[in-house]
Amino acid sequence: MFYRENGQYKTSYAADAAIFPIRQDKIAIGLLLLFAFAGVPLLAIMGVGPFGHDYIFKALLIPFLILALAAIGLNILVGYCGQISLGAGAFMAVGAYSAYNFALRIPELPLVISILLGGGVAALVGILFGIPSLRIKGLYLAVATLAAQFFFDWLFLRVKWFTNYTPSGSVNSPSLEFFGRVLDSPTERYLLTLSFVTVLALLAKNLTRSMVGRQWMAIRDMDIAAEIIGIRPLYAKLTAFAISSFIIGVAGALWAFVHLGSWEPLAFNIDRSFQLLFMVIIGGLGSIMGSFLGAAFILILPIMLDQLPHALGLHVSVETVSHLVSIITGTLICYLLIVEPHGFARLWGLVKEKMRLWPYPY
Amino acid sequence: MASLGNFIEVLSGGLLAGVLYSLVALGFVLIFKASGVFNFAQGSMVLLAGLALVRSLDFLVAHSMPFAVAVVGALLFASLVMAFTAWVIERFVLGPLVNQDGLTLFMSTIGATFIIEGAAQLAFGSDVYPLKLYPTDAWFALQSLFPGGVLVNKLDVWGGLIAAFLVAGLAIFFQRTKTGRALRAVADDHAAAQSVGIPISWIWFVVWLVAGLVALVAATVWGTKLGVQFSITFLALKALPVLIIGGLTSVPGAIVGGLIVGAGEKLAEAYLGPLIGGGIEYWFAFVLALAVLLVRPQGVFGERIIERI
Repeated sequence: MFYRENGQYKTSYAADAAIFPIRQDKIAIGLLLLFAFAGVPLLAIMGVGPFGHDYIFKALLIPFLILALAAIGLNILVGYCGQISLGAGAFMAVGAYSAYNFALRIPELPLVISILLGGGVAALVGILFGIPSLRIKGLYLAVATLAAQFFFDWLFLRVKWFTNYTPSGSVNSPSLEFFGRVLDSPTERYLLTLSFVTVLALLAKNLTRSMVGRQWMAIRDMDIAAEIIGIRPLYAKLTAFAISSFIIGVAGALWAFVHLGSWEPLAFNIDRSFQLLFMVIIGGLGSIMGSFLGAAFILILPIMLDQLPHALGLHVSVETVSHLVSIITGTLICYLLIVEPHGFARLWGLVKEKMRLWPYPY
Repeated sequence: MASLGNFIEVLSGGLLAGVLYSLVALGFVLIFKASGVFNFAQGSMVLLAGLALVRSLDFLVAHSMPFAVAVVGALLFASLVMAFTAWVIERFVLGPLVNQDGLTLFMSTIGATFIIEGAAQLAFGSDVYPLKLYPTDAWFALQSLFPGGVLVNKLDVWGGLIAAFLVAGLAIFFQRTKTGRALRAVADDHAAAQSVGIPISWIWFVVWLVAGLVALVAATVWGTKLGVQFSITFLALKALPVLIIGGLTSVPGAIVGGLIVGAGEKLAEAYLGPLIGGGIEYWFAFVLALAVLLVRPQGVFGERIIERI
């Protein structure tokens, strides 16, 4: 009844190619952004409901936004370009440690630039490890990206220069100073993360609708056929690796600087890579929206499973919870692959289809 | 440091450790050959088999069974667990995914990995459980040739012997039995095999069962070496470069790949490690695999990859 594009005529090419062609979508996204940028901080200042506590920012919103960003990056590579990667955690680590070293060794650099440069270094590394994808694909490529994961785990643990010779190997992020203002409160950190995520998500969304995005999808659907119709696999695959690694690298720098504060190489080990891959699969391969849904689900599931027995008055040990989380995640992945290979994003699309017809289903 | 005896010691240690990687890699190759599924869950199956074995063994010994009887009982129990796992995976995960592309199947086995890891630890506990099935003491060979001789671990020798038996047994199974022939037919072409009356779900169950039993054998060796514990699942990751180097479809490839990886990483650790900071064992195999991929994507023994539109 409300979600219907009747009467919305497109009279120009610009309108036809708009990022959100339906007016209701535009309004919904606008309202969501307004709420995220203005509503949430306002509620936090007024101390309304759950937003009054720091917990919701530190444990939920900030990690959710950063992991969603990393999932978008991985989705570009796996979902749009079809190159499976098990090394996302390594690219996060590259972003984090290069941003750290830029901030440490060139203190004049504004922190935003350091974080973006961290992403840039991750992009270069991504291109380097993407080169094998020109010759191999599928499972073989997965092993090649695993090589990146293990190599960088080792590099940041053993080569002391990267961690500035700290004896324990764990490093502290520089103070978060943006435009002369030190960001201390969780709300400010949240706004910083949100700005990064909004800009990069819009960028990613537009890239996937552009020429290069269509090239990625052609390569994903059938690489040989794509090559025959004139798409250069070298260019398409390496841009996918570069842009994906850039976004993942920025997410890694944010994860280290904004979320963790002080961190060790373990923060970016292979479990992180799998977590990101699951977000992408469960959320929906080849969907920006799905990356957010998948990140939210994977992040909230353990917290829910932790709280549920308490709410029911049962005592369950931490170990049991972590095993249950692993069983449920695994089951969901298998279930979704069998029943809904396009993940939560497809379910969301179905809801929209139903809403169009509602309340007259014909 | 760089004496000949030392070199031989490092090399033999590496080669024998490589055989142990091959034990895990064999499970991968079996499933890939027969169903085209790249089974990421092999490492977690080793964990499950090991946990089932060691826990039931402890239980039987605690109930005053003689050790030999207890070992047989525990092996039987663990085999049953692996058979059940094979049935569940075939019935609920791979069965519904017949005719999907390889990447989907691969990701579904990642899902299966997490289910098996969670369930195994939930059912059998998540501590480190020591297992003593083989002698683990050191043994000095060739003492007449080199001063001090060459140190060899008896467990590694046992591992080598077991791997040799396993490969021989599997070769006979694949080449000489009716089921083995059916397996090779399924590997060639699912649809064609089905059309001549080969029951594909039964064949897949057999394959996963055999892979489960190989995992059990690997678990006995690795469990004796490290104790049965969660970190055994990382073996699956160590076995990946072995597969890449040897080729995904070749049983001898798995063995040779294991030997190359084992010897390569031990030699690199001993001679290259001091130069660039130790611990390169951790990634050396992967970089080696990467180099092999660039030169020969199908691996040393793999079948040539032919692509059609």
